[in-house]
Amino acid sequence: MIRFEAVGKRYPGGGEALATLDLDIAAGEFVFLTGPSGAGKSTLLKLVALIERPSRGQVIVNGQNTRKVARRRIPQFRRGLGMVFQDHKLLADRSVFENVALPLLIAGYAERDINRRVRAALDLVGLADKAPRLPLTLSTGEQQRVGIARAVVSKPPLLIADEPTGNLDPALSLEIMRLFERFNELGVTLLIATHDIDLVTQLGHRRVELVSGQLVGDTGLGHGRA
Amino acid sequence: MAAPERRGGELRRGAPGLLTRVRGYFRLHAQNLLGSLGRLARQPLASLLTVAVIGIAMALPAGLDVLVNNARALSAGWASAVDFSVYLEPGQPLARAETLAAEARGQADIVAVEVISAEEALAQLSRFTGMQAALEALDDNPLPHTLVVRPRPGLSAEAVSRLADGFESLEGIDLVQLDTAWVERFLAIVDIARRASGITLLLLGFAVVVIVGNTIRLDIENRRSEIEVMKLIGGSDGFIRRPFLYGGLWYGVIGGLLAVVFNASALLALAGPVQRLAGLYNADFALQGPGLTGLGVLVGGGALLGWLGAWVATSRHLRDIEPT
Repeated sequence: MIRFEAVGKRYPGGGEALATLDLDIAAGEFVFLTGPSGAGKSTLLKLVALIERPSRGQVIVNGQNTRKVARRRIPQFRRGLGMVFQDHKLLADRSVFENVALPLLIAGYAERDINRRVRAALDLVGLADKAPRLPLTLSTGEQQRVGIARAVVSKPPLLIADEPTGNLDPALSLEIMRLFERFNELGVTLLIATHDIDLVTQLGHRRVELVSGQLVGDTGLGHGRA
Repeated sequence: MAAPERRGGELRRGAPGLLTRVRGYFRLHAQNLLGSLGRLARQPLASLLTVAVIGIAMALPAGLDVLVNNARALSAGWASAVDFSVYLEPGQPLARAETLAAEARGQADIVAVEVISAEEALAQLSRFTGMQAALEALDDNPLPHTLVVRPRPGLSAEAVSRLADGFESLEGIDLVQLDTAWVERFLAIVDIARRASGITLLLLGFAVVVIVGNTIRLDIENRRSEIEVMKLIGGSDGFIRRPFLYGGLWYGVIGGLLAVVFNASALLALAGPVQRLAGLYNADFALQGPGLTGLGVLVGGGALLGWLGAWVATSRHLRDIEPT
C-alpha cells in the first residue's frame, strides 16, 4: 500500500529531514510511526499525502508513484486517502454534518448518498446526535472523532494520522485508537504517527521508529496484525 | 458504513458515476451561488461598502451615457427644425421661383416651400427695419426672389445639408443659406462628451475589476486555513475557486443594480428642471432614461466585471496557498 524506496528529503535552507529511507507497508496493516520530535514522522506522512515531494528516491502509494502525479492531479490523488490531524482541521463555520460531507461533495456524490454516508460515518464514531452542531461546541475528543468521520466517509483504503491523540487524555486516546482498530478490521490500512509509547506498547501493532530521519527500528511486516 | 464488500476493494469502489457527478456539479454551482450570497450577507457593512463603490463607479459612465444620448436626441430635433433660404440670382423672374417651388414641393423630404418675391421682401424689410426712407431712395429693388424651404421633421442634419446642396446646384440659384453651423458645433461637443463617457467607462470598468479583485484577495486571505483544509481533503482548484467567483459575480450584479438605482434617482432629480427649461423654449422634451436595455447592460456588465475581478484574484492568490 505504501512503499518508500531510498527516500531522502531535505528542506530548502534546512537539514536532512529524512535520509535514505526504505519502508514497505502492505494493504491491511496497522502501523505506528514513532520517534522523538523532529525525527521526521510528519515529513514521512507529508510525503505519503503529497504535501511534500521527496528530494531523492520514490514514494509509491496505492500503486501510484507520487513523482508521476502532476500538480493538478494531486486533489484526485488525495481523495484516495483519509487524513486525520492533531488539530482536527475542521471548518468552524460549518456544522458537523457539513464538515463530514465535504469530501463527498468534492467528489460529486448525489445528495441522498451524501446523507446516508455521513450518517453512517457519524454513527460509527458515536456522534450521530451531534450532526447539526458547530465543531467548536464539541469537546476536543468529539472534534477529533468528527475529523476521523470526515477521513473515512469516502471509504479510502488508506488512513494516515499525525498525532491524532496529541491533545487527548489517555482514556480518550485509547478510545480513538480502538476506533482506528475497527477500521483496520474492515480492511483499511493505517499509518499513525504518535509519540505515545505507552499506548503503542499496549496495542501491540507494527511499530516503525525514526530518529533524526533514520529508520532505527521496525517490528516487522505484518507484526501484530489483527 | 465500511461494508464487507470493501475488504481489499479497489480505490474508487463506490465512487459516483458520471451522471451523478454531472448532477452533483450543477447542484454545487447552485449551492455556491446561494452560499456566496449568504456569505456577503453575513458581513453586511463591508459588503455594502464594496457594492456601493462598485455602484458609483458604474453609475458615472452610465449616467454620462444617458446625458449624451439625451443631448443627441435633442439636437437631432433642432437640426431638422431648421428652415433654409434659397436666393435666386438677381434678374431671375418670379415665374422661375414659382417653378422651382413647385418642383421642391414634390420632394418627399420637403414639407413646405414658401415663395417670397423681391417686392414682398422689400416691403418686409422696410416694415421691420425702419429704413423706409433709405430704401425708398433706391432706384430699383436690390433684393432677389427667395424660397423658404422647410425640410421634413426628423431628418438628420446631414440629410438637410444635402438637401440644401441640391438647391445650390440648380440653374438660376445664387445662394443657399443654411444656418446649421451652431447645431454642428453642438453636435461636435456632444461627440466629445460621448468619447469622454467611453473613456470613463473603460477606466471605471477597470476600477470595478480592481475593487472586486482586491476584495476577493482579502477574502482569500481571511479564509486561508479553510482553503488549506479543502486542498488537504482533495478539493480541486475549481472546487475551491468557485465560491470566490460567485462572490465576485454577486458584488458585480448588486453593484450594477445599485448603479441603476443611483441613475434613476439622478434622472428623477433632473427631470423637473429639464422640463422647466424645455418649457422656456416651448419645446416638448423630457429626459429619456436608459430603459430596460440600459438596466440589462449595467447588471450584466457588473456581473462580467465582478466575475473577471474574482477570476484575476483567485488565479493569482489561490495557487500560493498550499497545506504545509
